[in-house]
Amino acid sequence: MLTNFLFVGFPYVALVLAIVVSILRFTWRPFSYSSLSSQFLETESLFWGSSLWHWGILWVLSGHLFAFFLPEAILAWNARPLRLYLLELTGLSMALLALVGVVALIVRRFTDRRVKVVTSPLDVVLLAVLLYQVASGIDVAIRYRWGSAWFSTNAAPYLWSLLKLAPRPELIAPLPWMVKLHFLSGFLVILLLPFTRLVHFLVVPIFYYWRRPQVVIWNRKGLR
Amino acid sequence: MDIRSQVAMVFHLDKCIGCHTCSIACKNVWTDRKGADYMWWNNVETKPGTGYPTQWENQEEYKGGWMVKDGKLQLRLTSKGKFLQKIFHQPSLPTMDEYYEPWTYRYEDLFNGPEQDDQPTAIPVSKVTGQYIDIEAGPNWDDDLGGSPLYARNDVNLSALSEEQRLQLLSIETLVMFYLPRICNHCANPACVAACPSGAIYKRGEDGIVLINQNVCRGWRYCVSACPYKKVFYNWSTGKSEKCLLCYPRVETGQAPACFHSCVGRIRYMGVLLYDADKIEAAGLKPDAELVTAHRDLLADPNDPAVIESARKNGVTEQVLQSARKSPVYRFVKDWGLALAPHPEYRTFPSLFYVPALGPVTYSMENGVALNPTSTEEIFAPLEQARLPMSYLASLFGAGQEAPVRYAMKKMLAIRTWKRATEVGDVDLKVALAGLREADCDPEQAEAIYRLTSLCSFEDRFVIPASHREQAVEVLTNPLERKGAAGFGFREAPQRGF
Repeated sequence: MLTNFLFVGFPYVALVLAIVVSILRFTWRPFSYSSLSSQFLETESLFWGSSLWHWGILWVLSGHLFAFFLPEAILAWNARPLRLYLLELTGLSMALLALVGVVALIVRRFTDRRVKVVTSPLDVVLLAVLLYQVASGIDVAIRYRWGSAWFSTNAAPYLWSLLKLAPRPELIAPLPWMVKLHFLSGFLVILLLPFTRLVHFLVVPIFYYWRRPQVVIWNRKGLR
Repeated sequence: MDIRSQVAMVFHLDKCIGCHTCSIACKNVWTDRKGADYMWWNNVETKPGTGYPTQWENQEEYKGGWMVKDGKLQLRLTSKGKFLQKIFHQPSLPTMDEYYEPWTYRYEDLFNGPEQDDQPTAIPVSKVTGQYIDIEAGPNWDDDLGGSPLYARNDVNLSALSEEQRLQLLSIETLVMFYLPRICNHCANPACVAACPSGAIYKRGEDGIVLINQNVCRGWRYCVSACPYKKVFYNWSTGKSEKCLLCYPRVETGQAPACFHSCVGRIRYMGVLLYDADKIEAAGLKPDAELVTAHRDLLADPNDPAVIESARKNGVTEQVLQSARKSPVYRFVKDWGLALAPHPEYRTFPSLFYVPALGPVTYSMENGVALNPTSTEEIFAPLEQARLPMSYLASLFGAGQEAPVRYAMKKMLAIRTWKRATEVGDVDLKVALAGLREADCDPEQAEAIYRLTSLCSFEDRFVIPASHREQAVEVLTNPLERKGAAGFGFREAPQRGF
């Protein structure tokens, strides 16, 4: 019952809300979509916090996505111990970078007098959840080793089962609680996504690479 | 040929008295808001000086504008390939400390203070944090050379001067200054537009005004760094960038912007320029020495039939074409060669041009000591005796080239002498006429320049065609659909986040 609630009900609620609210917010409150950068108020500690956090978490996240889309490739890669160590070590060090980064960002939020002014309660909640997410991931990586292997055998099929609308929570039911909590806070991040500044992740400006350098808008050629 | 219309400007620095009325007019209309309180879309700087934000001209640090790399025009900020690397932290972004932390005073303490032996005081408090603040800088902290040589010495343009000239500028008997009012230049090749990751900044086709769509801006801050004039500002409260919008609601109805309208010295001119957008890239690739000429070549003759035809094809209305032929800006820039764009080496091709300040250029020097002029001949001494070194103005307006600045200054000085000869008569008319010819001028042109400089009426200074945006809207949508939603902007409070 609890398993169904936490690992079937909650993920669906989080996902549906994330999609629906993000779209609604983009349509009805486009002005609220912003990275809400505070670099203008404080730049030096942001350099360390933001750079380490973003680069670290991007690598970790792409690792998760890779294992989600190509679990067999990960298993094949892990067939040689050396390659397994290499993958785990890379993942762990990137996660440590992200951890140092997010801690620096939290310290900055609470110590800089100007940044404090632009800190909302949801910013605090988001930072706390992200900190927990990274810390629990590192804890799992150290205590329950070879995560890249069991992610491919258990987590990826479970996540796919959610997407295919045929949830199989029994796949992760036997996993340790620490791992399960990592899943839960991951879903919490997805839930928080549309309500916080995290929406900037949805509007990463990759279209810049295709657009012409100058933007000229003619009234007679159409309203925007 | 791709002729577009641009609302362009001339600021006549010889007439600027540095009163900051323009800045206040703008502040009261547009930036008296939380998060925008530190912004001065219009500001007036004393030159030599470091300006606002401090040392904005130092592109080694701020990486604004364009540069030529491998025969191509590229933003100094970043190449397209390395573009996204800087999104997590913008290395060349100025922070609030480079502008100033806005403050107010706790006036209520004067009334609510407890009974005590001393008078209560209104302490300064930060407008960001609300806490007590030790005021360390302001938007015009070095006004009238205040704080010199601490500030004036750090002026980037002084690097074009010799050590001797710098010393002369800083000693009390020979120092010199002039004012530089600055707003967004609404450039023909804007770096802010090209740098915006979200594509939120755009140039309006009809009048060339550069605007930021607040609903599309995501606060990536590239525009702030990329603008070499530092005229895009980051609103720290809403998390969006903002800039001068040339009071477009006023311009659309044929009125002058607030800063233009309120100018006490009547230094500001506004009119239409036609320019050839097809030539921009080639012009930007020219070496520094040819940039002033290349910029002027961009501007098209509004009487040329081919230009008119191309403009009509782009939808430029007859009314706009008509006012382009009467444009005071075209006369100052093209016909007379008096007005120069600031820092052409940034290659953004500003639509704002400055007539360099002449007075007090003349001064005689003896053994390093400045002498007060005692005769008319001395007052109208040749440019070589100018107190402000020509190389300084060349650094500001000529991309390091003295020739275009010298041409403008020489002509102005010749006209001054000519008018002295015709009005007062203590200068020989023949000498004055010879001076005019030498300065590539004739009595007719001298009279026209004199009139538009000194006797200009409101209608002479501002030749602004009302726009036809309302007609354009009618073509596309039913105006009744928009009734009740008319106006500019969106009707949502500019609130931070969700």
